[in-house]
Amino acid sequence: MAKHETPLIDQLESGPWPSFVSDLKQEAESRAKNEKNIEYQIPQDCCDDLLGVLELSYKHGRTHWKHGGIVGVFGYGGGVIGRYCDQPEMFPGVAHFHTMRVSQPAGKYYTTKYIEDICDLWERRGSGLTNMHGATGDIIFLGTTTPQLEEVFWELGHNLNQDLGGSGSNLRTPSDCLGESRCEFACFDTQAICHDLTNEYQDELHRPAFPYKFKFKFDGCPNCCVAAIARSDLAFIGTWRDDIRIDQEAVKAYIGGEIPPNAGAHAGRDWGPFDIQKEVIDLCPTKCMRYEDGKLEINTPECTRCMHCINVMPRALRVGNDKGASLMVGAKAPILDGAQMATLLVPFIKVEPPYTEIKETVIEPIWDWWMEEGKNRERLGELIKREGMQKLLEVTGFKADPRMIQEPRSNPYVFWKADEVPGGFERDINEFRKFHQR
Amino acid sequence: MAFISSGYNPKKPMENRITDIGPRKYDEFYPPVIAKNKGKWLYHEILEPGILVHVGESGDKVYTIRVGGCRFMSVTHLREINEIADKYCDGYLRFTTRNNIEFMTDKEENVKPMKEDLLSRKFAGGSYKFPIGGTGAGVTNIVHTQGWIHCHTPATDASGTVKATMDVLFDQFTDMKLPAKLRVSMACCLNMCGAVHCSDIAILGYHRKPPMIDHEYIDKMCEIPLAIAACPTAAIKPTKIEIEGKELKTVSVKEEKCMFCGNCYTMCPSMPLADDVGDGIVLMAGGKISNRRDAPKFSKVVVAFIPNEQPRWPTMTATIKRMIEAYSKDANKYERLGQWAERIGWERFFEKCELEFTHHLIDDFRDPAYYTWRQTTNFKF
Ligand code: HEM
Ligand code: HEM
Ligand code: HEM
Ligand code: SF4
Ligand code: SF4
Ligand code: SF4
Ligand code: SF4
Repeated sequence: MAKHETPLIDQLESGPWPSFVSDLKQEAESRAKNEKNIEYQIPQDCCDDLLGVLELSYKHGRTHWKHGGIVGVFGYGGGVIGRYCDQPEMFPGVAHFHTMRVSQPAGKYYTTKYIEDICDLWERRGSGLTNMHGATGDIIFLGTTTPQLEEVFWELGHNLNQDLGGSGSNLRTPSDCLGESRCEFACFDTQAICHDLTNEYQDELHRPAFPYKFKFKFDGCPNCCVAAIARSDLAFIGTWRDDIRIDQEAVKAYIGGEIPPNAGAHAGRDWGPFDIQKEVIDLCPTKCMRYEDGKLEINTPECTRCMHCINVMPRALRVGNDKGASLMVGAKAPILDGAQMATLLVPFIKVEPPYTEIKETVIEPIWDWWMEEGKNRERLGELIKREGMQKLLEVTGFKADPRMIQEPRSNPYVFWKADEVPGGFERDINEFRKFHQR
Repeated sequence: MAFISSGYNPKKPMENRITDIGPRKYDEFYPPVIAKNKGKWLYHEILEPGILVHVGESGDKVYTIRVGGCRFMSVTHLREINEIADKYCDGYLRFTTRNNIEFMTDKEENVKPMKEDLLSRKFAGGSYKFPIGGTGAGVTNIVHTQGWIHCHTPATDASGTVKATMDVLFDQFTDMKLPAKLRVSMACCLNMCGAVHCSDIAILGYHRKPPMIDHEYIDKMCEIPLAIAACPTAAIKPTKIEIEGKELKTVSVKEEKCMFCGNCYTMCPSMPLADDVGDGIVLMAGGKISNRRDAPKFSKVVVAFIPNEQPRWPTMTATIKRMIEAYSKDANKYERLGQWAERIGWERFFEKCELEFTHHLIDDFRDPAYYTWRQTTNFKF
């Protein structure tokens, strides 16, 4: 028997999409039965009480979680999001309901053995509920009590060789697209660098030392499957500098209708036979392609590597061989100054272990500047707006480049430094008056 | 419920403490065919909705079945995922950046039985546990947030709005009949934990009433200057108030300058603003992340307010469906929703989607607002 009546959220059990309510109920039932005789370390009926509190929120149209909650594990300044229900007498099973962020493997590949191990741990010491995964990338353990935090952390570290993720004003958990592991478009090993930088900067991740949060994300190509350009303060986006590799025979096979365009992504509708002129050449943003005498040509210097032609004909066109990444900075959500996408800072850099150039010429100079100059709760993107792109170039030492802008400024409010102007700024009004009477 | 120690000694908390070990290394978890062909993939093909094949230079193939995940999931559900991966995939699986689940196998003969098995599994209430889809020119999973399940600042629920929307768009998840892929995202407040500001269609929880102020507690619970600095429109001022003869430090909110973002509440527990009838949904449209053909775009506000109609939000889901149908009918092949809206003009977008245009949709936030007005005579009647 369910502990609480839930007539509103019960309506979310029907329909084809997997129902989180059904799943939550199945977990509540499994805990009530406890067929494995587990010594539950938090209330056995916590899932019932979560159903209850959610139902109450559906009734009231308002959340029933108290503001904030500061809990954690010794040695770290983040990783755990504390939560307390604002009706603890009614729902004692979720009076404490803290979230633990668990650092995920790059690319989110797993073995069933690993998943089983974390299920065992979390079933015993937590609610048995998770998010797979948080938007930043972490495995989210959803709901436990304060005394269990150290116990879970101990088991993670000692038995699973596994750390917590980030939260607070620090480096958050980096994440990546699946990259070279299963994509022919990948221009660098997203997983290798994601893992390397996560380990290199463990201190910055676990102990908040920044003005605000900071995120890294790694996309293997400009398709941006992990959305680095929109969701990370420092975005790595794969690209190449040489020619797109063209297999002319395969181009002919596309034209002949032997291979479906875009790998078959539009198979659900009849769009007519593939027309290379209409679907590729005319849609190229720079008009740098042509198809003549049965041969496809690309004028490489004019190509902006937007991926369209490669996406449409993955068997005929491949990214170049001289690969690396573009680095872009400052993406953030709207609070405070408005949303930002990332801005291009480094048009091209090689991405090869041990990534020394990236660490020493990009990441660390940016952090040095932002840690010193950033105001309380000011994202990197906002600091760049406040102090200017020029300042960013100054602190990183990169030279201004037309690739960094969409267009030159249209207002003439141009700052010059005294040493850029002959004679500097020190002048004498009396000298001036000798030639210009009052 | 007896306490069981893990081995941690609360009397000596720093003893034997392991820190800074980071995540497990990705390649511990690679299926052998992935480990062998990494970086040497030649091409891929979508065999049918939800099923991909990648072919390596070696000739090796890996088949992937993508299934919808509801992100919020129990260990019971995870164990069922394990059971499937053990049965067909030698114990390997992965999750996507949009929280779908991918089962991979190099054995073609496993694909059909796995597919049948996945589709045969349903929850007690009747919903699919593992619907197959999410590939190509269709709608995939909705990136979403915490909502009333766990967060203190939401203006709506995440899991519920997402379930209601995916039920309505289900045939777009299992098919590939749109002009291009269509990404839907959801955030329950404008902190936008996720991808709301850069999606084809975005659901955003929004408040419409200024915060209440808990004058008696605010100075004890909040760092007042932080609450003041939290306000994008400078609506908050420090002030003093007299309650029962005692002078207390507090803040005042200039109501006509407040646009209900809730950021002061994020910073200060004494300024709650949630409200049953005030809160609801904003819909945004036209964002994208990829650089394909043109630059990434922000999503734009196209519906200023839809009330919270839990548990199924029918007005919201009907409006989303109408937008997708208009787009699907009118857009060219490969055209994302935002590219379509820009080509036909936003005036035409509102007409075709039968959306009301109200003053709320005109930008009025600081200097950049000007650039969103129309400085040309080029428009359509
Ligand atoms: C002056 C008071 C407060 C300040 C300056 C403050 C600061 C913040 C900030 C900056 C965030 C956003 C975190 C992020 O960017 O991820 C946040 C969220 C949060 N607040 Fe508050 N807060 C205050 C009051 C409280 C109180 C009283 C609690 C608990 C009792 C609390 C607990 C939290 C938690 C757990 C989060 C989520 C953290 C995360 O997402 O990483 N806060 N708070
Ligand atoms: C106050 C309570 C908050 C809660 C409970 C919360 C919760 C979360 C969670 C669970 C995630 C996923 C984390 C992960 O995968 O590790 C997340 C990501 C995110 N949060 Fe929050 N958050 C809070 C505050 C904020 C604030 C104050 C902001 C911004 C002003 C914010 C912006 C974001 C963004 C943009 C992401 C997504 C980043 C990405 O796409 O990688 N959050 N949040
Ligand atoms: C071999 C080719 C590709 C692979 C292996 C791949 C892999 C993935 C995966 C696994 C996801 C998460 C999917 C989900 O859960 O629904 C994803 C998302 C995404 N993909 Fe790809 N993808 C490929 C090609 C493309 C192409 C051709 C484009 C664009 C034209 C693209 C753009 C995106 C975008 C924008 C997202 C969503 C990011 C977000 O909004 O969070 N991908 N990709
Ligand atoms: S971002 Fe590019 S390399 Fe990475 S998975 Fe997507 S298409 Fe492949
Ligand atoms: S990648 Fe884009 S810009 Fe370059 S040739 Fe192809 S379609 Fe044109
Ligand atoms: S979007 Fe807002 S309400 Fe939703 S989880 Fe993030 S901070 Fe909380
Ligand atoms: S809700 Fe937003 S706009 Fe209103 S007072 Fe608070 S911070 Fe300012």
